[in-house]
Amino acid sequence: MNDLAPPLAQAPACDRSGASTGAPAFLFPHRDLLAIYGLTAAEIFPILDLADHYVALNRRPNKKSALLSGRTLVNLFFENSTRTRTSFELAAKRLGADVINMAVDGSSVKKGETLIDTAMTLNAMHLDVLVVRHPESGAVKLLSRKVNCVVINGGDGNHEHPTQALLDALTILRRKGRLDGLEVAICGDILHSRVARSNIHLLNAVGARVRVVAPPTLLPAAIGRLGVDVHHRMETGLEGVDIVMMLRLQLERMQGQFIPSVREYFHFFGLTREKLAFAKPDALIMHPGPMNRGVEIDSEVADDIKRSVILDQVELGVAVRMACLDILTRQAGDQP
Amino acid sequence: MNARPRLRALINARLLDPATGLDSSGHLLIDGTRIADFGPRLFNDGLPPEAEVIDLTGACLAPGLVDMRVQIGEPGNEHKETILTASLAAAAGGVTAVACLPNTDPPIDDVSGLEFIARRAREVKLVKVFAQAAVTRQLGGKELAELGLLAEAGAVAFTDGTKAIADARVMRRALNYARTFGLLIVQHPEEPTLAAGGAMNAGELATRLGLAGIPAAAEVIMIERDLRLVELTGGRYHIAHVSTALAVDVIRQAKQRGLAITCDTAPHYFSLTESDVGDYRTFAKVSPPLRSETDRQAIIEGLADGTIDVIASDHTPQDQDSKRLPFAQAAAGIIGLETLLPLTLSLVNQKRLDLMTALRALTERPARLLGQPLGRLTIGGPADLVAFDPEIAWRVDETALRSKSKNAPFDGLAVRGRATRTLVDGRTVFALE
Repeated sequence: MNDLAPPLAQAPACDRSGASTGAPAFLFPHRDLLAIYGLTAAEIFPILDLADHYVALNRRPNKKSALLSGRTLVNLFFENSTRTRTSFELAAKRLGADVINMAVDGSSVKKGETLIDTAMTLNAMHLDVLVVRHPESGAVKLLSRKVNCVVINGGDGNHEHPTQALLDALTILRRKGRLDGLEVAICGDILHSRVARSNIHLLNAVGARVRVVAPPTLLPAAIGRLGVDVHHRMETGLEGVDIVMMLRLQLERMQGQFIPSVREYFHFFGLTREKLAFAKPDALIMHPGPMNRGVEIDSEVADDIKRSVILDQVELGVAVRMACLDILTRQAGDQP
Repeated sequence: MNARPRLRALINARLLDPATGLDSSGHLLIDGTRIADFGPRLFNDGLPPEAEVIDLTGACLAPGLVDMRVQIGEPGNEHKETILTASLAAAAGGVTAVACLPNTDPPIDDVSGLEFIARRAREVKLVKVFAQAAVTRQLGGKELAELGLLAEAGAVAFTDGTKAIADARVMRRALNYARTFGLLIVQHPEEPTLAAGGAMNAGELATRLGLAGIPAAAEVIMIERDLRLVELTGGRYHIAHVSTALAVDVIRQAKQRGLAITCDTAPHYFSLTESDVGDYRTFAKVSPPLRSETDRQAIIEGLADGTIDVIASDHTPQDQDSKRLPFAQAAAGIIGLETLLPLTLSLVNQKRLDLMTALRALTERPARLLGQPLGRLTIGGPADLVAFDPEIAWRVDETALRSKSKNAPFDGLAVRGRATRTLVDGRTVFALE
């Protein structure tokens, strides 16, 4: 991509005065975006509003803005990722930032470099934004304490994946026109899912009603205390819901056996047309990807263009990440 | 050493001896390394003219604390703690005897390991350092170590340290064989398959933080199994660092039906809860994990009614590199030698525990379990003593702690009560500035 392309100086979405939304520029009261837990609806909606603008920008032939020109973003991924990393990379490049991707598997650990050393090394290079994914819960928080730049959690262990919850919320909002009062069923491997935790906190904060549907072995023991209704059967769990969020069965994270077989799991918990019939007729199907077709979701349902919004989620993911970068760098650079 | 006066008079103290219930103002006379006499009227006829006089006005004088659960790090992890730094910490905490765990590198599972500890302790010569030896070779949980030979060489108890003796047959054999010599088997009560991968207490916070939890059941399941084995064998059995209400209940019932078992807890289990983990604070990672407020209250009740016999620090030094890691990867452990007395006295100040019960759990009870003539004021007994002021208010400051590692989640905590002078064999090894 040509980083010297002429900036879209007049693009409304990059007007920092906030004139494009007719509201004063929103200042996010946190340096980093590490978790949804602790955010209020008043902090969440401005991000979604701004993201909605970026959707329009992304659909134009010239998608480039100069908002973050001169800023550097590093994607620091300690775990494999294609869509989240690409999404952040596109978001940053479309805003004119320079992007570096660092994929660190266990190798730096083998070399003896600790997470803290990695953080301090990067910090010395004067980054503006660090997007971090790590297989351990809390690792991004730990790293954020050691750097001066904006840190965005791109998913840490089983803890949170805040931009995924934001893009899910935007997807629902654009299709349903509201979030409050909606019935949302999150189904599948809740135990190993940071997406589920972020979504539960976000949906609760904006007044949706959340159910989780899974066998007890795939639910954390105290999940009920996060403000959700707990169901163990799809037939009751999906009854009358507006949104069906399917989660990937994370076989690679499992220590020991949580379900007897994939075949049995699909039989009872895989989303099929028959099970979907328990939801409202206009219920949307969502999945954070990547999907295990035939494990948690039947292809026929996943590819149903009338019901499935899975590709919308991917598209809006870029816009949401642009909004996050925009809002968080206001804090870091433009505050008086 | 000959320059030291033979006689020392500790005067105007509140004498406390939990072994006899003595609580009166008075004085104590030390002759060399031994207690020569003590009592309220001791110096009615005047002080011996050649005695060195130490005026303790306002302070309590009690037997030195006996801490039966201390990890040191020597041999093998001297960067975390050495016998010297642990001894300095112990002395500053009013602890005059420690019983260290065998989970060193190499583990203390043979006589030479015991001799090494004894020699290093003699060289350091501050507090008394006893060693617990391994129940199984290499702490492997399979083959019994030479319990008899180890006992003969000075091992005061037997434990696999921070590992549970998980195999029921091995535990049965250990309890049974140890009866030959009347040896104490100390269990780390945790069913390992239920705790595997867990980083903190199973509950709402673990759910939210996305950390694998260790259920309270992992503790009580192991205890209940062991109680059956104790009934089967009649062995001497002690449960280390009880952390859950479930375990307190089961132990209470077992004692009520006459089973001669004992247990201890550590100050963090009655001072902190899982909420102290907060935002992935690895200093609050400990094994077993910090539990719920209900559990904390049950531990205090267990101490008050005598279900829990002993308070031990469970001192576990961890260096920065072991703690500055993502929570699940960070090492477990809290240092506790210097906070053992103040945190226990906090329960007394909160009127949750009476002073004598608290002191008994820190002195006479652990000394008796370890078979040592310590933890009591006895004429002719060793002059291992602590003078403490139960009223001094201070804040725990991790930088001021003597331990080589600073992993104390109590940093900044306001506490009341502290050791002002510690004597071992009549010699002052610590005096508060």
